[in-house]
Amino acid sequence: MQGFMAHLRTNGLRVGPDEFRHSMKALETIDVLKPDDVRLACKAICASKAETYTQFDDLFDAYWMNGGYEKFNIHKQPDQPGSTPRKSISQEMDDAGSGNGLGDPDEADDETSDESSQQGEGKLTGSRIRNINKVDLREMMTPEALARAEQLAKDLAASMRDRRSRRRRASQQGTALNMRKIMRASIATGGDPIHLFKQRRPERPVNIVALLDVSGSMMVYSRVFLAFLKGLVSAEQRTEAYLFHTSLMQVSDVMRDSDTLRAINRLSLMAQGFGGGTRIGASLDLFNQQYAAKSVNGRSVVIIFSDGFDTDPPELIGKALKRLRKRGCRIIWLNPLKGWKDYAPVAQGMSAALPYLDLFAAANTLDSLAALEPHLVKL
Amino acid sequence: MQDDMSWQSLQSELERLAYIASDELAMALHLSMTLGRPLLLEGAAGVGKTEVAKALAQLQSSKLIRLQCYEGLDASTAIYEWNYQRQLLSVRAASDRDLSIDEVEAHIFSDKYLLKRPLLEAITQDDPPVLLIDEVDRADEEFEAYLLELLSDFQISIPEMGTIHATSRPLVVLTSNGTRDLSDALRRRCLYSFVDYPDKSTEMAILRKREPDIDARLATQIVGFVQALRKEDLEKKPGVAEMLDWAAALSGMGVVDITNDPTVMQASLVCLLKTQADKAQIPVEVTQRLAGKLV
Repeated sequence: MQGFMAHLRTNGLRVGPDEFRHSMKALETIDVLKPDDVRLACKAICASKAETYTQFDDLFDAYWMNGGYEKFNIHKQPDQPGSTPRKSISQEMDDAGSGNGLGDPDEADDETSDESSQQGEGKLTGSRIRNINKVDLREMMTPEALARAEQLAKDLAASMRDRRSRRRRASQQGTALNMRKIMRASIATGGDPIHLFKQRRPERPVNIVALLDVSGSMMVYSRVFLAFLKGLVSAEQRTEAYLFHTSLMQVSDVMRDSDTLRAINRLSLMAQGFGGGTRIGASLDLFNQQYAAKSVNGRSVVIIFSDGFDTDPPELIGKALKRLRKRGCRIIWLNPLKGWKDYAPVAQGMSAALPYLDLFAAANTLDSLAALEPHLVKL
Repeated sequence: MQDDMSWQSLQSELERLAYIASDELAMALHLSMTLGRPLLLEGAAGVGKTEVAKALAQLQSSKLIRLQCYEGLDASTAIYEWNYQRQLLSVRAASDRDLSIDEVEAHIFSDKYLLKRPLLEAITQDDPPVLLIDEVDRADEEFEAYLLELLSDFQISIPEMGTIHATSRPLVVLTSNGTRDLSDALRRRCLYSFVDYPDKSTEMAILRKREPDIDARLATQIVGFVQALRKEDLEKKPGVAEMLDWAAALSGMGVVDITNDPTVMQASLVCLLKTQADKAQIPVEVTQRLAGKLV
């Protein structure tokens, strides 16, 4: 049994002395001569997650039926160059990877037994996801990648949402006593505080305003950013989203379409409908005039997704941002180019904008988007 | 019921109560009873996780105490609360008589003024009850921490009274839908079983148990169709409960063969498909295709 526990541990299950003790106790209560009973019992005790639960039967068989766990070590590095007949999962991985002109995707491990291909699945999917995180967003078009971008945005939005307030508001769910209200109510009961009222600090959600550049130069990134934007918008009812190019349009409502792919396709079409070059400065100016008064206040975070290539004179961007800043909001500029090697913000528009930004960050891979979280929380 | 019954007899006992448990689940339940450890059940909605606890309570003819978790569930609604108003009145009454502070204190912080909530109630019963902590993933992490003390030592500490030890160990069943990942600490204290959608023969057995009057041919069709429907790309796959609803609806409408009348069939799908998107996903053609494959 001890060997089996060690075997489980090497295969990534969390089993400790406690589990060992309990399985020994459990074995006393069942018929140890029936392997199936033993398997079921150990499964209930040692597997503690859905993934390990499905793995368990194979791990059990590998240890007790074949006696060889060397053969079965699924946590070996899976990226030895493979010479196997294609399995569906590696096929799929190839489609996701090299179909988009990627380099080598990780290969399937070279174990040929049926068990191991089943077992390997979890690990392989893992490596594929890790791959996706590092791929430049230009090369990401698969539904899973878009879904991940959306999820990421939701997580970010959630982490930004809560800000503490110093004041307290009456609330029966609260933790602190609302002394003022208690005293006032106690007058009616002869000075005895019969009813206790509570209070708590109110939630002051951050209000996100996202502006996405969908000009020609940003086109390659737009689908992923749209998915990201959709994630932001659907995480919080008051988040607003705008697309700009040579002009600006509000798209929050389209974004709330429940069908992700349909919404993104609709938006991609709308985005393509815009004209030639980019006019960041003019678009920001328009935003200032038409929408900012309504949607931007001291509790807002304005996120601009753009590469900073502008056909307008650069001073316009600076001026527009300066004016926007006066509303007390924080401004984040996410630039996909910044993630590239040797990037310097030489685009005149970009350098004009820099002094007014609270955060200027790269946004060319999912990892870089995920890395924003600690910065956004601090803002 | 004795604790030393084998897991097979437990399984057949449950079957007698119209709950069909898989081998894995039956073994997990058996161990949780013999080892006295809580059991964590995970799985999609509608596979009968909550029903397990009900069947168990019925089997042991013991009380079922249920705690439905939700976001913002706190100690005062789950464990205990002092009956403050009563304490206050009692203090008032005591001030007329001549009692020392210690006496008053001992009086107002006694059992009489304690409002027991499900968790405290479960460990202070004379006979061991079944404690069902439903959808534990919906409660926040703070609450999980309260649970840890209860699940490992079966005791609850109340600052004013000291620690209350369990008079009888309840059989604890936790269920989770995977809204959020549970902490490892909680998982480690529990036995675990993943409840999956039943396979064809199991589902058939469930249907026969719950709806014994249903025609055998119709039953085969119903189970076959629902099984096929689960393979489609749906937001919410129909669970066992939905299948039973649908079967009841069909037999209630006097349908004998689901392929007979496409419109009735399509209309009755309201029992199985619970979102607009899923309804759009399964138009008449798909329904007919799935139904057509059934023999």
